Amino acid sequence: MAELAKSTGSAESAESAEVDFDIIVVGAGPAGSTAALVAARSGKSVCLIERGTFPGSKNMFGGVIYGRVLDSLIPNWWEQAPVQRWVTRRGTVVMTPTQSLTVDYRSAGWGEAPYNGATAFRPDFDAWLADHAVAAGATLVCSTTVTGVSRDSSGRFSVVSTDRPDGDLTARVVIACDGVNSFIAKDAGLYPHAGDTNHFTLGAKEVLALPREVIEDRFGLVGDEGADLEIIGCTGDIAGGGFIYTNLDSIAVGVVLRLSDLAESEHRAEKLIADLKTHPMVAPLVRGAELQEYSAHLIPEGGYDAMPTLGAPGLLISGDAAAFCLGGGLWLEGVNFAIGGGQAAAEAACAGLDRGDDGVGKSLVDDYRSRLEDTFVLADHKKLRKAPDLVLSDRMQFRYPQLVCDLLEGVFRVENPDPKPGFIRLFFRAAKKSGVKIRHVLVDAWRSARTYG
Amino acid sequence: MSVTGPLTWPLVSFEDRMATVDFRVSSRAHITLDSSVCRDCPARACIVACPANLFVPTSDGGMLFNYEQCFECGTCYMVCNGEGAISWSYPEGGHGVAFKRS
Ligand code: SF4
Ligand code: SF4
Repeated sequence: MAELAKSTGSAESAESAEVDFDIIVVGAGPAGSTAALVAARSGKSVCLIERGTFPGSKNMFGGVIYGRVLDSLIPNWWEQAPVQRWVTRRGTVVMTPTQSLTVDYRSAGWGEAPYNGATAFRPDFDAWLADHAVAAGATLVCSTTVTGVSRDSSGRFSVVSTDRPDGDLTARVVIACDGVNSFIAKDAGLYPHAGDTNHFTLGAKEVLALPREVIEDRFGLVGDEGADLEIIGCTGDIAGGGFIYTNLDSIAVGVVLRLSDLAESEHRAEKLIADLKTHPMVAPLVRGAELQEYSAHLIPEGGYDAMPTLGAPGLLISGDAAAFCLGGGLWLEGVNFAIGGGQAAAEAACAGLDRGDDGVGKSLVDDYRSRLEDTFVLADHKKLRKAPDLVLSDRMQFRYPQLVCDLLEGVFRVENPDPKPGFIRLFFRAAKKSGVKIRHVLVDAWRSARTYG
Repeated sequence: MSVTGPLTWPLVSFEDRMATVDFRVSSRAHITLDSSVCRDCPARACIVACPANLFVPTSDGGMLFNYEQCFECGTCYMVCNGEGAISWSYPEGGHGVAFKRS
């Protein structure tokens, strides 16, 4: 490791001669690789450390990659990024064990460059993004687990310890993109509320093989078009949701479960996925599909009010480590927030390094925060700070799906010779059956309007 | 593969489910369990919550744990409130779960 540092460390400035690298980035996920890419392009010496054998091998998502944030970083990224399908169909599904209502949005425009979002395999996508960081000059070190980041004599975080023999490396700025469990943020004392199980969900998914044509027929897709279905009401007594995504020749079906509820439930993740797959709306989509890979990961869904402190002198926290993932109900975004966060971290670090020693002290974190606030990363989170609680609230999760489905059932069921009932009566009937008071509906409507308005 | 058959099919056994995942098993356990703490744990949330089903209660009130097929997700230490029961760290570099189509 010392050899590696010598051969690649910057000798450009007198200050950086004392350290192995200007910047060390921990974790080569989307946040880390973007940070390394941006910093290397600015001419800094950058080491990107990844514990997997290659970037992405530890990563999993239930998701879509929204690419607008990439436009300025990698022009025409869509011509080379390893994606599965371009999402042209976004369904939001509300279900009970026997009913479902889907709001099915389609856009032909999303199937053309510059595209809105794509499904992907993270081992492919993350490795591709890390390749760009390497091409820009970053040194990627895989199969290396960071065991701690400690302060130097000046009180700044600068020593990165790894599990390699004589594996300590030093840097003037450390950017921790070490994921949802971020032990770097926790050990640095930046994440006092990290143990709150209300703010984390477990995502578990099955990737199921199906022939291309079968997927296209079942989901009504042509060519490389893709579908994304987000589901509420399929997780039993656990707050959370479900999802179905189309890949090229497989589909991903999974659930997202709030940890505090999971801890008290009798439902295991794979059982809830099995139930979802036998739901009358889902079964015809997944029939005959064979399990290719099962995976699970934690998701930080607490939003703005659950984030850690974003850094300390010499140290910045980004990506899932900083809880940048947006779980706001209508929107479920993580990779784009990680990329935006990593970019802001690198820009703040580079600007700080250019200001000299003072620039990587306390002002580093303030600058990082204000850059995040100027972009969607913290702007969206601030605006939607009440969304996680609202979406995971008992009524949204366990009562409204039944209410909505019963209301629609009443509207569409034909009961001749009885005359059709009015909407208002149907609504009151459905509300009563699902145990919801009208007063609560009004309160939640108001909360929703304020949260999303 | 039959894609036209009935709408239900036999569940995959948990063993077969986990066989779809690649693990480069390290000789060092990255998670260890002090099962004496588990004996006094009323909740035992780890059993249901661990997506890899790695916490197995024994008939005498103990708990068996094997780190080898672990997703490194962190769920167990998050839901566990038995002080000192779980010692959790990442596997050494290059080891542990290796996803391919996640
Ligand atoms: S929750 Fe913790 S203390 Fe309780 S049985 Fe599981 S590991 Fe042991
Ligand atoms: S980290 Fe996740 S997969 Fe591993 S033992 Fe804990 S809960 Fe199970």
